[in-house]
Amino acid sequence: MVKGTIARISGPVVIADAMRGSKMYDVVKVGEEALSGEIIRLEGNQAVIQVYEDTTGLRIGEPVDNTGLPLSVELGPGLISSIYDGVQRPLPVLVEKSGSFISRGIDVAGLDRSKKWTFLPSIKKGDRVAGGDVLGTVQEYHITHKIMVPPDVPESVVSGIEAGDYTVQEPVCHLEGTGPVTLMQKWPVRKGRPYRKKLDPTVPLLTGQRIFDSLFPLTKGGTAMIPGGFGTGKTVSEQTLAKWSDAQIIVYIGCGERGNEMTDVLSEFPELVDPRTGLPLMERTILVANTSNMPVAAREASIYTGITMGEYYRDMGYDVALMADSTSRWGEALREVSGRLEEMPGEEGYPAYLATRLAAFYERAGRVDCIGSGDRVGSVTIVGAVSPPGGDFSEPITQNTLRITGTFWALDTNLAYRRHFPSVNWIKSYSLYIDSLNDWYLENLGPDWEELRDRMMYLLQKEVELQEIVQLVGPDALPESEKAILEVTRMIREDFLQQSAYSDTDSFCPLDKQYWMLKAIQSYDSAMNNAIERGVGLKQVSLLPLRSEIARMKELGSAGEIQALAERIKTSIDALEAER
Amino acid sequence: MRSDPLMSRDYRTINYVSGPIMFVQNPIGVSYGETARITLPDGEIRTGQVLDISREMAVVQVFEGTSGVDNSVTNIRFTGEAAQIDVSIDMLGRIFNGVGLPRDGRPNIIPEDTVDIAGTAINPYARDKPSDFIQTGVSAIDALNTLVRGQKLPIFSGSGLPANQLAAQIARQSRVLGEGEQFAVVFVAMGITYKEASFFMNDFERTGALERVVFFMNLADDPTIERIATPRCALSVAEYLAFTHNLHVLVILTDMTNYCEALREISTAREEVPGRRGYPGYMYTDRASIYGRAGRMNGKTGSITQIPILTMPDDDITHPVPDLTGYITEGQIVLSRDLFRRGAEPPIDSLPCLSRLMNLGIGPGKTREDHRNVADQLYASYAYGRDLRRLVAIVGEEALTELDKKYLSFADQFERRFISQGDENRSIEQTLALGWDLMASLPEDELKRIKVEYIKRYHPSYRAG
Repeated sequence: MVKGTIARISGPVVIADAMRGSKMYDVVKVGEEALSGEIIRLEGNQAVIQVYEDTTGLRIGEPVDNTGLPLSVELGPGLISSIYDGVQRPLPVLVEKSGSFISRGIDVAGLDRSKKWTFLPSIKKGDRVAGGDVLGTVQEYHITHKIMVPPDVPESVVSGIEAGDYTVQEPVCHLEGTGPVTLMQKWPVRKGRPYRKKLDPTVPLLTGQRIFDSLFPLTKGGTAMIPGGFGTGKTVSEQTLAKWSDAQIIVYIGCGERGNEMTDVLSEFPELVDPRTGLPLMERTILVANTSNMPVAAREASIYTGITMGEYYRDMGYDVALMADSTSRWGEALREVSGRLEEMPGEEGYPAYLATRLAAFYERAGRVDCIGSGDRVGSVTIVGAVSPPGGDFSEPITQNTLRITGTFWALDTNLAYRRHFPSVNWIKSYSLYIDSLNDWYLENLGPDWEELRDRMMYLLQKEVELQEIVQLVGPDALPESEKAILEVTRMIREDFLQQSAYSDTDSFCPLDKQYWMLKAIQSYDSAMNNAIERGVGLKQVSLLPLRSEIARMKELGSAGEIQALAERIKTSIDALEAER
Repeated sequence: MRSDPLMSRDYRTINYVSGPIMFVQNPIGVSYGETARITLPDGEIRTGQVLDISREMAVVQVFEGTSGVDNSVTNIRFTGEAAQIDVSIDMLGRIFNGVGLPRDGRPNIIPEDTVDIAGTAINPYARDKPSDFIQTGVSAIDALNTLVRGQKLPIFSGSGLPANQLAAQIARQSRVLGEGEQFAVVFVAMGITYKEASFFMNDFERTGALERVVFFMNLADDPTIERIATPRCALSVAEYLAFTHNLHVLVILTDMTNYCEALREISTAREEVPGRRGYPGYMYTDRASIYGRAGRMNGKTGSITQIPILTMPDDDITHPVPDLTGYITEGQIVLSRDLFRRGAEPPIDSLPCLSRLMNLGIGPGKTREDHRNVADQLYASYAYGRDLRRLVAIVGEEALTELDKKYLSFADQFERRFISQGDENRSIEQTLALGWDLMASLPEDELKRIKVEYIKRYHPSYRAG
């Protein structure tokens, strides 16, 4: 083991002498207090280390011990419903050990060492297994946790396997030539877990949010970014997605954000119920919290910690959705460390390798054919929030992320100011997955889906042009047919796109309800157009009580009720025409 | 700030001085972040902190500035300890300078404890959810951007706008204060003028709150770099009062813009790569370490609520100082020059305002069941009315429909009666009733954001009948 001494300290960066023999990204213990750190540069005898804890009080000449291992996380039963810091230390255990404030140099295992899990083998002695193969299962809440052979183990014969209660460290299975396998395995966070091949994303990740599901859908295994100035609802959107997405596992990374928000998640999630399974949301969620006032280098590590845990559940064949709030704070951590290293800065002081690192992270998303026997298909979906300074989307993190993500949900400060939530700008946002999802939507919703959505998008686009005219000459100058468009778009905006994250009935909107809400608006739109063409005034149509029914359709419980409404709209406008 | 003479070494090896920064050669056994005492040739003693050390050199930032420092006689002593402050309940009613030494001419306090000013991060798992409604008596805050205990809610001001008056009004009227002995105010002045500081002092004196206030004063003519330590000292005291003495502490920090200037000054002196507008790239992290020290903890009754005040240079909300603050704090109260000119008092521009923790502090049992709906409706209607103003400027009021005219007058009334309130202290019931009165001028159909049952229960036309 390499042992060196501290030669320089500058914020979270420490330079150590006599470190020859170290490898990049080895984990080291720095100083008398044994603070955790990671080697990020080697220069001759010197190693540059980023330290995951506050470095105040370190002295020149204190020892640095290299553990020789890369930064790794422990993977096994017990991850679900845990809350970790950026380097997988369970925060509740830290409270027990050091009280309400986080003290330094505490080494805590990621998984509970004493808890026993009931293991049921699915193979028997004498079978041949290789990396990725399932040995058996453990029940973790309602998730069937598959115990897999670690990916890098070569094919070997099972010399012993037995059902029973085990801790994560006790061997459950022996392989000839390679030794025992435990419930827990370790994996370096900076290296993606292997898979057989990537598959095209063809299934949407349904979120129960109308603007996401209907207009700008995301796929299972896809990537999305949510940029927006402060107060536009990035965190609320991320939390809403974490609550209502139809993934089986959620990894929520609070990266450099507010402490009170994590508290909010912690107190809210155990009480909320998954609308699909009826079980508490916490029983499918893993939290990684590195709040804004926690050490900056651990913030850099937190997203890798999170995604490695996500990939582990993906390998079991589950759909995982990962929320990173916010990747800008991660980028800033990168910038801070880079600045301390005196690297040549790129745009806005960010290091030149920012784009590479971002791309490498987002490319760990995907729908994959898992390694190991049996057909397991799992996915990791990444939704990254971005906090552009001054709400300026031309800044490096937004631009570099745009290039690699498939769905762009642009949050808009002006919409937020008028409390239009979710404040997703429907003109700027886009989804590159629409084409690959069309088949799915046609099959599951109806043949007219594409036309329906295109019409809505057309009207919203048209509204922007008409608004410009109205700003110049006033609304009276428009012909009736264009006034009708403005009326319908107002309906789309207020009665369809707006959705309260805090309403009991409306915070989750199933896809068939979304479909019928759009159908109701569409039938209002086409019936009104027909009527106007044949000379019925816009005023007469506007007076119908139907409009307030449409306005309240969010609160209706079932898709059926809205379907009935859509039909009523058509008949009453037709009746108007008959009256004349 | 305290310094312990145990474990210390003296150096006369200062070889480079620039701005607030000194370089000391060949330091031995010096630790990162520790405090240094600097003795000038004329015997004056100053305080510094180690920012960077290597075998050859220690970089020391001097809180009181480096004027008068020479590179032959000046003596520097490393104390072996991180910057600390003595704390005691007796600090209430006292006035300290930017590094925590008394500046009211009275003796030093007798410490009950000594704490590191840098503080340590609260474990997110140990945080308690803020949920107690604070009634500030200001309608624009209580109804639309509710403050809760443990929140950090900054006021974004512009030069010349009455942010101080608003902060004083909040401190005076908050119902936390109404509970008698349970509260304390920690007032932190960073680079403000004596006049501004004395405004607060007089206001606290007038309301008899003076003996519940701890003042930390770094005025405009005090050393700039001291400002880096000032909020940290003050928050250490606030934490001690909140979590050891179980008080509800309201911390007013003014003006954060001056703090950021000091940060930029040090960064420039260290020749660091500048970020936006010359501010250092770590400004987010640095300020998060200040704002992050608000909140409540499991098992403790005390709390820290922060109201930082900052000046938006040229009223620009996208300037790095307000921008990064908005990303860290739980909302913001924004003052508007336009409303100020039109005589609104306080001139709160409610559209860009936000309170992220509002939903935790309102609703049945806390304020009233219709609170959320009323706030949403007032916002939506006011925003629409404001949009119409722009239209009227072009096409004239005659071009508007009857309905739009109603919205236009709603927006005017909203600013005149709801936002503007002067010194009045309104209860939440009065505020909500006023909101309903204003909404009654709009057709009932337009109140889409409000549940029908609440309309039936609270709308003036139903109440009268």
